[in-house]
Amino acid sequence: MNIQIKRFSRDRSDQNSIFKYTIPDGLTLLQGLQYIKSSIDPTLSFGAGCRSGICGICSVRVNGKEQLSCSYIPNDGDLVEPLAYHETKRDLIVDRDRAKDTLKASTAWLHDSIETATITIADEKRTELQSDCILCSSCYSACPVFAVNPNFLGPFALTRVYRYTADPREGDIKSSIDAIQHNGIWDCTLCGECTAVCPQGIDPKMDITMLRSTSSQYGYMDPNFSTMSFGFDPNSGF
Amino acid sequence: MVDLLIIGSGGAALTAALTAKAKGLSVIVVGKNHPTNSQTSMAQGGINAVFADLDSDSIESHISDTLRSSHGLSDEVMVSKMCQDAHSTIEWLESIGVPFSRDENSKIAQRRLGGASHKRACYSQDYTGLKILHTLYDSSLREGIEFLNEHYLLNLIVDSGVSKGATLLDISTGEVKQIDSRSLIIATGGYGSIYHGYTTNAFGSTGDGISAVVRAGGYISDIEFVQFHPTALKSSSILISESARGEGGYLLNTQGERFVDELLPRDVVARAIYQQLSSGSEVFLDIRHLGKEKLMELLPQEVHLCRVHEGVDPLTELIPIKPVAHYSMGGIDVDRSLEVRGIKGCFAVGECSNAKVHGANRLGGNSLLEIISFGKIVVDSVTKYIANSDIKPSDSRELDRDISLISNIFDFENKINFYDKREDIGKLFYQYVGIIRNENDLQKALSYIEKMREDLRLMGVGDKSLQYNSNLVDFLEFINTLELSEMLLIGAINRQESRGAHYREDFPTLKDEYALHSIYHKEDDRVVVELERSYR
Repeated sequence: MNIQIKRFSRDRSDQNSIFKYTIPDGLTLLQGLQYIKSSIDPTLSFGAGCRSGICGICSVRVNGKEQLSCSYIPNDGDLVEPLAYHETKRDLIVDRDRAKDTLKASTAWLHDSIETATITIADEKRTELQSDCILCSSCYSACPVFAVNPNFLGPFALTRVYRYTADPREGDIKSSIDAIQHNGIWDCTLCGECTAVCPQGIDPKMDITMLRSTSSQYGYMDPNFSTMSFGFDPNSGF
Repeated sequence: MVDLLIIGSGGAALTAALTAKAKGLSVIVVGKNHPTNSQTSMAQGGINAVFADLDSDSIESHISDTLRSSHGLSDEVMVSKMCQDAHSTIEWLESIGVPFSRDENSKIAQRRLGGASHKRACYSQDYTGLKILHTLYDSSLREGIEFLNEHYLLNLIVDSGVSKGATLLDISTGEVKQIDSRSLIIATGGYGSIYHGYTTNAFGSTGDGISAVVRAGGYISDIEFVQFHPTALKSSSILISESARGEGGYLLNTQGERFVDELLPRDVVARAIYQQLSSGSEVFLDIRHLGKEKLMELLPQEVHLCRVHEGVDPLTELIPIKPVAHYSMGGIDVDRSLEVRGIKGCFAVGECSNAKVHGANRLGGNSLLEIISFGKIVVDSVTKYIANSDIKPSDSRELDRDISLISNIFDFENKINFYDKREDIGKLFYQYVGIIRNENDLQKALSYIEKMREDLRLMGVGDKSLQYNSNLVDFLEFINTLELSEMLLIGAINRQESRGAHYREDFPTLKDEYALHSIYHKEDDRVVVELERSYR
């Protein structure tokens, strides 16, 4: 079968071009890419790691949708591209650092550990799915907010913040909540694109909704609310 | 000059980095990928620990299970150290936020893995390694650990037997760099990728740190002991965790009969499966009887992997399996302080090291324990070393050598495709240096590898670019695996007995005179293997 790959190289004059390759049927996309690299063109560059959907390095877009190369079986004519909203370094390799910087900006960690906290089965279940995240950056690539706000903290960082705020061991929820107000939870449009592409079935949209609710308990409000028009101006008198 | 340079960015590396930072050391963590891409993410089943408040199990029992499974090749002092530290290791992981699964009393839940006399593996569903690794990463970001990602280890810088840092290839630019450091921790993982195509390991498990130690004049040991995991998916070699059997899964042959106690140690179960396969039978893992609810609760990743990579639904179908290379018991030879034999100020921890806790066969749940426990403990040795040594930076001799090395590789002839050879070695090793070995097969494999080492200059890279040249990195990794495969073969030929994972059909019994470690090093590019037993 044939697949098309959008390739990029600083060394080439035609920096962005679509190349067509013939690969054997029945391979995963990652095996297909390796077939090309080892038998056709050793310069093809892409991420490869565990082959089993857990290391998060091989995420790409196929026909516009994010996929892990190792877990996707290609179809004839598929167009493979690097992740969106990540700077392309070479072919399918992107800069993953910038997206991961959102974890720092959002302080996605346990701030103040309560050692005596009791964790029940229900507590652990509450964020079981959120802690399945493999940081493949698929949700970041699918999120349309980045088209208008490149500084948005993004889905995976906010899901991770939620995972820690919902942990009974977290003794300082407020610090997390403070860190995600600007360029954070209120910038999300709740479109659900992140949820649709997550290979682990995580639902960042729901986590962001939960964080909005926690934020209101800490006195924060949706900043968009104050600028919204409700059809009348309450300050103008009648 | 940084206090501590850590090569590798998996669980052992991040634990050491966090511990060192907390002790006030300056630390840089270098990895060829990004921290969360490491092999640790693939550990599924659990991490062993005995909690004092559970009277049915005991630390002594954990120690004796580990010793028994090691078949006489472990150091009781190190095994005891690890097992005694297990409880506080889990407490530390708890304190940084690892989401361990719970029981109905809100205690950390535990499951039984193969070779264990009790339920003592703590777990997070079957994502234990992933969740530990990511929590360590989050904590590292909190503590402001400095990462140098996408940097590939070329060589250690060693002056008169003292470690001074390392040279690295910056994968993003192609630049060769030198980092000077007062001390070094190697945490680069195992060498399972020699068995390319027949291993559960990620592509990067190419023994980079182990090979660098050999080139720097250090010693490695016991690398002939490679653990084969009984249950990898038949067509893709992807791991199906031991927890599938721990939770009650059966192994069946073509006749639908069980043929082995599924919870015996891995070496025994792998051999039993291999014998079934050799006699023409297929072997399946059957977890259907556990029921959908239990499977989705306890083994969600396994269900997903079977569906995607084998095209079977384990809720209703049998899972075709085969044993493949899984864990490197041997590695960099370290003393009881985890310092590398032959290189002062250089320490090794995790799968790349041979701390003599797994011996001839590792128990499930002990590898995650080793990386976290020894990842913490190694920093005590580092701190002591730095306090007592006056270390000056090295000159640029190694850097200059490695700049020429890389530029020479670009001039290699590239007439032979090394990717084909990588496939060939994987197959050859699975067939001739696998679960059941004999002199004839090992010698055949050795001649093949020796020939290939001679042909190395006829291989090379087709990609001449400097930026993100993964073809070059693949080739450097290939050179490392080639170097280690030759050493492994010589050690396997030398060990004329059967012990744990090293099974020789021409010498099928364990021999007392071989209750010794194989210690490897190189003299004038010649492999030297000596058997010895002295713990330092």
